[in-house]
Order: sequence, then C-alpha cells, then structure tokens
Amino acid sequence: MSKYTEDDLREELKTKEYEYGFYTDIESETFPNGLNEDIVRAISKKKDEPEWMTEWRLQAFKVWKEMTEPEWANVHYEKPDFQAISYYSAPNSKPKYDSLDEVDPELLATFEKLGISLDEQKKLAGVAMDVVVDSVSVATTFKKTLAEKGIIFMSISEAIQEHPELVKKYIGTVVPQKDNFYAALNSAVFSDGSFCYIPKGVKCPMELSTYFRINQAGTGQFERTLVIADEGSYVSYLEGCTAPSRDENQLHAAVVELIALDNAEIKYSTVQNWYPGNAEGQGGVYNFVTKRGLCEKNAKISWTQVETGSAVTWKYPSCVLKGDNSVGEFYSIAVTNNFQQADTGTKMIHLGKNTKSTIISKGISAGKSQNSYRGLVQISPRAENARNFSQCDSLLMGNECGAHTFPYIEANNKSAQIEHEATTSKIGEDQIFYCNQRGIDTEKAIALIVNGFSKEVLNKLPMEFAVEAQKLLEISLEGSVG
Amino acid sequence: MLKINNLHASVEDKAILKGINLDVKPGEVHAIMGPNGSGKSTLASVVAGKEEYEVEEGEILLDGENIDELGPEERAHKGVFLSFQYPVEIPGVTVTNFMKTAINETRKAKGLEDMPANEMLKMIREKSEMLEIDRKFLSRSLNEGFSGGEKKRNEIFQMAMLEPKLAILDETDSGLDIDALRIVANGVNKLKSKDNAVIVITHYQRLLDYIVPDYVHVLYNGRIVKSGTKELAHELEAKGYDWIKEEVGA
Repeated sequence: MSKYTEDDLREELKTKEYEYGFYTDIESETFPNGLNEDIVRAISKKKDEPEWMTEWRLQAFKVWKEMTEPEWANVHYEKPDFQAISYYSAPNSKPKYDSLDEVDPELLATFEKLGISLDEQKKLAGVAMDVVVDSVSVATTFKKTLAEKGIIFMSISEAIQEHPELVKKYIGTVVPQKDNFYAALNSAVFSDGSFCYIPKGVKCPMELSTYFRINQAGTGQFERTLVIADEGSYVSYLEGCTAPSRDENQLHAAVVELIALDNAEIKYSTVQNWYPGNAEGQGGVYNFVTKRGLCEKNAKISWTQVETGSAVTWKYPSCVLKGDNSVGEFYSIAVTNNFQQADTGTKMIHLGKNTKSTIISKGISAGKSQNSYRGLVQISPRAENARNFSQCDSLLMGNECGAHTFPYIEANNKSAQIEHEATTSKIGEDQIFYCNQRGIDTEKAIALIVNGFSKEVLNKLPMEFAVEAQKLLEISLEGSVG
Repeated sequence: MLKINNLHASVEDKAILKGINLDVKPGEVHAIMGPNGSGKSTLASVVAGKEEYEVEEGEILLDGENIDELGPEERAHKGVFLSFQYPVEIPGVTVTNFMKTAINETRKAKGLEDMPANEMLKMIREKSEMLEIDRKFLSRSLNEGFSGGEKKRNEIFQMAMLEPKLAILDETDSGLDIDALRIVANGVNKLKSKDNAVIVITHYQRLLDYIVPDYVHVLYNGRIVKSGTKELAHELEAKGYDWIKEEVGA
C-alpha cells in the first residue's frame, strides 16, 4: 500500500464533508478526525463566532502548520497524530452512564476519600442526574452576586458573543498565536474555556471556585482561559478539580492568559489531576499547557499549582513583569508516580524597574517517574533593582525515579539580585521507622513527610482547596513504597 | 510485662544478639549497660520491630503475647515506646502536628475517635511544662535544627504524650549537659508508675544517679553476661568493662 499523504487525507475529508454535510449544516456533534482550514472555520461557525475571531483562528492555524513540536523538554512519549484527533465535540452532550453503579468502583473509592458529595460525584463521573442538583441554583446565585459588582464570569464562547470588545482587545496579547506549537494549535481550535473580567477597583468577594469546579468537568481538550483584572482590582481564581478526571482525550493543550493592569492582583491556583495512565505506564493524558500572565505597574500575579495527574506534563506558568514595581510568584508542587513524566517550572521576565519574583518549586518523584523543574529568570537591561528568589526542592522515593533541575538565569542589568537554592532529599527508611515507632503506619508516614515537604506551597492555596490538595497528595502516592 | 527468651537476631547475616533473656515486670526500671558494639541499640530496635533485623531464634513476649510478627506501628499501639539515640528530622512537620498524628493513629488502632482538640492542647500544655519545654519549640519542624539536648528532651516529651507501657530509652543521656540530664530524668521519674516499665540503655552510670534502676544488666558480645542491682553500675563506673570481658573470656 502506498504512503498515505496529506493529499489523500484532504481528498478523504472532502468526501466526508459531503457525506455528513458538515460544511453547511452540521448535524453531527463530533467532527471527523483531522485538521485543516475547513475544520477551523467549522469550529468557529459552530460557535457562531464573529468574523474577526474566525480570522484570528485561521491565522493561528497558518502559523501552526509551519511549526514543529518542541523536543527540548525532558520527557519521552510517542507524538500525537494531529490528524487522528477530532477537534470538536459538543461538551457535556450526553451522560455516559445511567447510574453510579456503572462507574468504575476504583474511581468512586477515590471520590469517597476526597469527600466529594454524591451529586458532584455523578456530575464528575458523567452520570445522568435524576434530581435537580443544588449546584445549578448555587451557580445562579453566584452569578447574581458577581454581576452586582460588575464582574463578568462566563465561558469564553459566551464572552465572544457578549463582550467581543474585551476579548478582541486582550486575547493573544500575553500568549500570541505564534508563541509555541501547542499555543498555536490551541488558538486555532480552542473548544471553550473561561473568561473573567474584574472592573476597576473591585475586589472579587469570593474565590471563583465551586462554580468552576462543577462546570469544569467535561470541557474539551483545548481550553482557553482569559482573566483580566482591571486597575486596582483583585481576584482569586481556582482552576481544576481534585477529583480524578478519566478523560478519554489523550491530548490536552490549554492556554491561560492573565492580565493584571496597574495595581491589580490575580491569584491563580490550579489542581491538575488528569488520568496519569496505569501502573504499567499505559494510557494517560498528555498535558501541554501554556500559561502566562502580564503585570502592569504595581501589579501582582501569583501562580500556585498542584500537579499530580497526566502521563506527560509540559507546563510553565510564567509572569511578564512589565510594569515597574510589579511582582510575580510561582508556587508549585509536582508529583510523579509510576511512569509519569513532568517537565514543569516557570519563566519570570523582569522588564520593569524594582520588579520582584519568587519561585518555590517542590518536586516529588516516586515509582519509575521522571520529574524536572525548568525555570528561567530573565532580567532585561532596563529592569533596575530587579530581585528574584528561587528555591527548588526535590524529594525522591525509591531508587528508580529521577529528579532534575534546569534553572536558567539571564541577568542583563548589574543591579539585579538573584538567589537560587536547590535541595534533593530522599524519604529515608529511618524516617519511616521513626514514624512507625510512634504508631503511624507507613502510608500515613509518607503522607506526613510529603505534606511537610510541600507545606510552603500548600499554605499558598485557598483554605478549602488546601485540605483537598493534601488528601490528593496522599492518594497520588498510595502504594509508592512497598 | 516484657519477657525475652533466648533471642537471637542478625542484620545482613551478621549475628548481633546471641541468646538474650530478660524479664521486665510492671513498675520496674532496668538498665542495660555495656561497651560499644555489644548489641544494646540492636536490642532496642529488635524489640521495637525494626525490619532490617532478622529474629533467628527465641521470642519476645509483651504481656504474654508473642509480638514477633507485629509491625513496629502495631507494637507502638500496644504501648512500646523507643526514645531514639539519633532522632530523625522531618522538615515541615511540627512537633505538635506529629504528636497529634501519632496519638490519633494509636487511638484509631484501638477503635477510638480522634482526641478532641481542647483535650490535646491541655495535654500538650501539661507535658511541656513538666519537661520545661518552651511552647514555641512545639511549632518548630520535628528535630530540624534542634540541638542534641533539644532532640532528647523532645523524645521524652513524646513519651509523656504517648504514655507508653514499656519505654526503652536508648542512650538518652548522650549529648545532654547536666541541667538537661536532670530535666529529662525528672520527666522520666514523673512518668513512672506501678503499671509501666522503663529500660534504660546507657554507657555511663551518670544517668542512673537520676533514674535509679531496680536491675542492671551488662550486655557483651550479644549476651547478657552479668546482672545485678544498681551497685553493679557503680562498680562498672569505677572499674570499666575490662574485668567483665576477662570474666566472660575466662
């Protein structure tokens, strides 16, 4: 059989287009596999987007076609076949199961440990709901309170319809379409995501969390998030969910853009618990995410992340400290077990005067996993008196895992003060025995040691999230010491 | 309470304990002395259930029950406490949090609910006062950056909190100055009752001036070669261990 070429694919797609007639009138909720200009147009059309948005996507697609997948990260995986993926399927279309009895008992056991309510369990596992859930009304009340303050919080698809001027002004300003391979892909095909705008001087009265957690489950693989904090405003945003997500999508390529205008502050917390694959290293999500925030004068952006899921993670939440006196922070816990691989860290780009950044990274490796910290601290020539403090700690469990640190420092201004500390430690048998001797079993002892190790970062999480995250760390490392 | 019969134990195929017999009754204090490398710390670890040690022969009975098959945490739940010669550091875990976890895990094993917070706080206050421990000390990470004396005092604080049936103090006096030694010894004496027992492992007679033993045993080359009362400790202090070695060799 001769080699299957792009032309063949195009030919096939054309026939398919005809077959399903999706170009003019799309009936199907899932698009055929593959990516081309028509698919990009179709996504945009499906979402009723204005012309400028379609053009923006097409521009991204053009750039993406010319790009190649990055290979510099310390991860090894079989590259996804981008023509074998379907780029649109309607979110939350149909329940996967009729009752909780049909859901994998292991998944339910984990829900149980995390203390997730029955209704929410159903929602997360994709079970049909036979009762009107509280969450719906909660979400509504929530929206009302926010609206009173002038806060806009909705899906990005809605925002494109209802607040096109804001989306148009800011989308792609922090993470341009051509930023990197996955960002370009996301820009072309993003399915949905969230949009948040905090007006001038407004302090968002609540953590944007519960609402998000409920709505998070079932969103597509190419999420796009845009958060804008106008001058002097404040928002704390929680992304993700501690509950395990058994998503069938292999590839996740999200983009998050944060914009903190003068004197604004954004706190962005993430818990990532996508399916990591089984204990033999089969399956699992590829999580290739681009997250970046822009700080104007006196603004502050804090990224806090707890990463325990995904087979492969490639993620560097970053801050561009453009305004004078702006502050960037990155607090991270990355756990890898079994055959997971994570290459994660941050970039702190100091452009303004008196800018300050703090990086605290805690990597925990177990099983046969590989965990890398990769960080860049860049001080531009005009960034007088810039300061950075970085601390990278690695904790190893067993003899078959790896921890790696790749710190890059580029200081182009002599007044810069940069500090970097790194430690590597191992959970010792002596520590375990000591705990055992005090009546604490090995599993609990590991949890205690890991929580102690991660404490500085856990403390940065909003209270209710921190408790869940702590439990999540325990669950992620279960069975890692035999 | 603790009865050890003909205990043989090895680590990495090297025989260390070669037939230990010991009978400790409630309310008693036993001192185990002996030169370096005689097997004192090994004995403590084997009773506590450290896994690297292989019991080749003999048995360890706690209240008549053979505890050989029990894991270290199960032995702890039954009231065995070991004050470590070298307490380990656990960064980020405060003394208070560690104690809370230890107490509640032990209660859980006994089918009890967690200890109520106010009860826990009261207990912490009482025990820390008894051992003249600054409360600030309790919010520090376990043993991290502690001085030798602080570490040992912390061990005895944990003993006070856990109220064990059988406490084994492994070289608790090493690294202590005379004031700290007095405080630690006073603490141990206050915790003593007719229902519990203490085994003091030490090199020197010094500690035994404060914690007065009912029996003194000399461990040499994996065996208890001589037992006596506290006078034996004084004799050892005065004459050293050589005469014992000669006696055994003879």
